[in-house]
Amino acid sequence: MNTVIFRTLAPMIVAIMLVFSVYVCLRGHNEPGGGFIGGLIAAAAIGVFGMASGVATVRKALRVDPMAIAGFGVVMAGASGLMSLFIDAPFMTSIWLYLDIGESVVPLSTPLFFDLGVYCVVFGTLSAIALSLESDREEDI
Amino acid sequence: MEATLPQAMIETATPLADWVVVLPIVLALIGAAGLLMVRRSTRMPLVGAVLVVLGIIACEIVLLLAVLENGPVSMTMGRWLPPFGISLTADIFGASFALAASVVTLFILLYAEIDRAGADGRDAFHAIVLLLLAGVTGAFLTGDLFNLYVWFEVTLIASFGLIVQGGRPAQLDGAVKYGFLNFLATTLFLLSLGLLYGLLGTLNMADIMRVAPLANPAAMAGVAALLLLAFGMKAAAFPLNAWLPAAYHTPPAAISALFAGLLTKVGAYALLRALVALLPASRDLLEPVLALLAITTLLLAPLGAIAETNLRRAIGFIVIGGIGAVMVGLAVPTADGIAGSGLYILHAILTMSALYMVAGLVEKRTGSTDTRQMGGLYAASAPLSVLFILLVLASAGVPPFLGFWPKLLLLEAGLAEGVTGPAAGWIGSALTLALLVNAVLTLIAGTRLWAHIFWREGPEGEGSEHVRQPLAPLDRRGRLGFGAVAALTAGIVMAGLWPAPLLDGARTGAQDVADPARYVAATGLAEDTP
Amino acid sequence: MDYILAALVGLFIALGIYLLLSRSVIRMLIGMTIFGNGVNLLIFTAGRVTREIAPIIPPGLDAPEGPIANPLPQALILTAIVIGFSMFSFLLVLAFRAYQSLDADNTDNMRLAEPERAPQPPLSY
Repeated sequence: MNTVIFRTLAPMIVAIMLVFSVYVCLRGHNEPGGGFIGGLIAAAAIGVFGMASGVATVRKALRVDPMAIAGFGVVMAGASGLMSLFIDAPFMTSIWLYLDIGESVVPLSTPLFFDLGVYCVVFGTLSAIALSLESDREEDI
Repeated sequence: MEATLPQAMIETATPLADWVVVLPIVLALIGAAGLLMVRRSTRMPLVGAVLVVLGIIACEIVLLLAVLENGPVSMTMGRWLPPFGISLTADIFGASFALAASVVTLFILLYAEIDRAGADGRDAFHAIVLLLLAGVTGAFLTGDLFNLYVWFEVTLIASFGLIVQGGRPAQLDGAVKYGFLNFLATTLFLLSLGLLYGLLGTLNMADIMRVAPLANPAAMAGVAALLLLAFGMKAAAFPLNAWLPAAYHTPPAAISALFAGLLTKVGAYALLRALVALLPASRDLLEPVLALLAITTLLLAPLGAIAETNLRRAIGFIVIGGIGAVMVGLAVPTADGIAGSGLYILHAILTMSALYMVAGLVEKRTGSTDTRQMGGLYAASAPLSVLFILLVLASAGVPPFLGFWPKLLLLEAGLAEGVTGPAAGWIGSALTLALLVNAVLTLIAGTRLWAHIFWREGPEGEGSEHVRQPLAPLDRRGRLGFGAVAALTAGIVMAGLWPAPLLDGARTGAQDVADPARYVAATGLAEDTP
Repeated sequence: MDYILAALVGLFIALGIYLLLSRSVIRMLIGMTIFGNGVNLLIFTAGRVTREIAPIIPPGLDAPEGPIANPLPQALILTAIVIGFSMFSFLLVLAFRAYQSLDADNTDNMRLAEPERAPQPPLSY
């Protein structure tokens, strides 16, 4: 798995996949897509990167422990659900905020942050599993 | 189209008090995630986990008081009306089991420090324990069957993470058996959910209570039988119990204690909820099967405990025997029977955990897991022997202790059924007899363990001239663990000596299970059948 | 169509159980996956197979115009697939580690937690 062709192309593939994953995640707001599938694409990118340049390099490039990213995702998703505490509505009720920026209107909402949380959870856990399967040493997830 | 929309939405403001149904689960989940982010630090995970569990306990006490005061409390997610939104509904049983589970988790977090002298936090122990608690609490508080499935899986994933902690080869062996059989059980549960959805078009528990009587009884009986298979596997009822003694003794003692207290009880609670509360008509058809399962579990499990020489495996069989007692209430769902089953689950959550914690201390003190190599511990550590015998008496159901009261209720239910029941009166008498024999056999198994570990002079084959080396005093972590077990045992003894509030609560809870009117009303659905 | 799907569900579940009865852990794992997919297909069929359009509300409307396919079973299946996938990946890692440290893929040889020659019960008391 470490031919010159693969090693040269891998960073490009990984970069495109990561950008595409963010696009899919944000697009999922009103069209097919979403945090889960976005996170899967990003984790697949990490898997490819790990195959090309080794697990240690990937861990260094990530800077943050993948499981910590997953933990952050859960905190974000949970917090976005708790927001409805302030509008006297049940847990997970969506709250919308429309921002006017020049010509376009940007709809911000708690489901968006929930989705970003899901993205982080899926990305973190699956990256951790992929890296643990790719490494030769005994390493816990 | 505009006019139809409000009918699907809740328009009124949600009272702040209803949030106590959701908060225990959300706190546990966010706490677990937060601890995952700081797992490398040395003190933060333990302190954080204890604080989070204390917060959860506070919420659950408020919830239990509210439920005792006004009946079931419910909240449906995202403003959608019940059959559409996911409901979390707590009745007395759910709320009190969730509270007991959190209390046990608190003691186990402190107790677990014994085994964590050299741990560096990479294993994320505290985070996974909180995740397990989130799953168990969710299962106890949910009002939606598919949501129950999700919490089962959360619990399962967390228990996978815990059972391999330490990574000894025997643990991997146990984890393979535990993992496959439990995954199969939850998949069977999903299978029955698919059929149930096809038959009823809803998976909300309160909605099922309304529409189940209208469905084809034969098809519903098939679904109920599948649910019995799935939950029976989770609860380790007799023919499906092989995974429990194969796996529970392999991880460190704190994790065994957590599993014994929480996991099988969730299965038993789900059986009670699904068969007695949701599908009572189908349960009637399955009654002889349930009675047979209860009797075989009651009789065979303690025999396994008597024949076993590995201490924690023997206690595993005692745990299975307790599931048999819960099944008695399913076979005889009178007011006494349901109350007895519920109270037994509460008792088992507390007592079985404490028993495993004491067993862990015994193994620590003797350096062995085999009862044949133990002996003479009474002279070395008398307080430990007192804790052990108290818990053995409590789990066998000897009168003033906690285990006696649920068994008394179950015996009354069985006797009433045997004397005044319909033609199938053998069920009541046979169950009563099996309960009594089970109590005797459990007492024999427990006291024999006690005699072998504490009473005789030394290991098997050694004469009275055997001189046991004096034990080193416990270190700081050991004293913390011992204090945790002692406090939990003291609580169990106190609850046994003062059972009136528990019995009252169990009777009221049983009423809510037998008559779903208050439960359905709490979710906001109309009471009458559509 | 329903009958074909029902037969397929039966086939998947039979195949899954057959593989689960095997001694090899990897075969059991594949069996578990096939079993899970059979169950997912069952939920899909239980939600009624129709020829309606996808349950997406067109822009500018608050509710779909005509009849739509039942979205709930699809949401249930999606959840079940995600959970099944995470269980599968855990069991895969577990089987791999067990193979490494126990040197066994055959469950008959996995007897560390329950030794084959179990000791006799104690005879005293």
